[in-house]
Amino acid sequence: MRILYFAWLREKVGTAEEAVAPPAEVATVNDLLGWLAERGGGFAEALADRSLVRVAVNQTYVDGDHPVATNDEVALFPPVTGG
Amino acid sequence: MAVRVQREDFDPGAEMAALTAGDHAVGGVCAFVGLVRDMAGDAAISSMTLEHYPGMTERELERIEAQAHERWPLNASLIIHRFGRLDPGDRIVLVVTASSHRQAAFESCQFLMDWLKTKAPFWKLEETPAGGQWVDARDSDDTAAARWIDATKGDRGS
Repeated sequence: MRILYFAWLREKVGTAEEAVAPPAEVATVNDLLGWLAERGGGFAEALADRSLVRVAVNQTYVDGDHPVATNDEVALFPPVTGG
Repeated sequence: MAVRVQREDFDPGAEMAALTAGDHAVGGVCAFVGLVRDMAGDAAISSMTLEHYPGMTERELERIEAQAHERWPLNASLIIHRFGRLDPGDRIVLVVTASSHRQAAFESCQFLMDWLKTKAPFWKLEETPAGGQWVDARDSDDTAAARWIDATKGDRGS
C-alpha cells in the first residue's frame, strides 16, 4: 500500500510518500489512520485531530469507513486551500 | 471543457478569446482571475508556494467542471490553476465560462470557484516575517460551496 502525505501533514510525518504493509486487521481508512498514529512522534501529532485530515483512496475522496487494500494509493492531507 | 494545472503564468484575455473563437452561439463569457495578496490578516506576505496532488487535482477539477456543464447550458469552459512559488500580484487561478446567456455564465463561474476552493487538492504555504505558514481552510468557503448543494440535489460528489 502506498501512502502519500501533503502540506503540513507531510512536514509533520517527515516524508512525502512511503510503502506500508499493515496487518490484516487494518481493513478501513480509520483502521489505517489508527495504525499509523501508533507509530507515535510526528505521525501521532499529524493524525491527532482527525477533523483536520482528509483522505483519498486511489485519488477519490472517501470517509473513514471506506475499505483499504494492498494495492491502494492512500493520500492524507489537510483541508484544501487553493483558488 | 478544459483543465490545466501548470507552473507557468497565463494570459486571461488570450485564453478567453481562444475559448470562444468560432462559436457564434456564445452570447456571454464570464471570467474570474484569482491573485496572490500581499497581506494575510496583519502579516505581510513575501511569497506563496502552492502544493498540489498531481493526478487527483486534475481529476477533481474535471469532475467539478463536468458538474457545471450538467447544471448550466454552457458552450465552453476553462479552468487553469497554477502551482509552485508565486509572488504578490501574481495570477493563481482562471475560471472562464461561456454560454448563450449571461446568467448561466455568471452562476457557473461562481459555482466552479466555490467548489474548487473546497474540493481541489491545493494547499497554500505563505512566507511571512514569522516564517512559512500553511493557510487554514475557511468556514466561509465551506458555506459558499454548500449553498450550491441546497440549490440542487446530488452535487456532493465526495
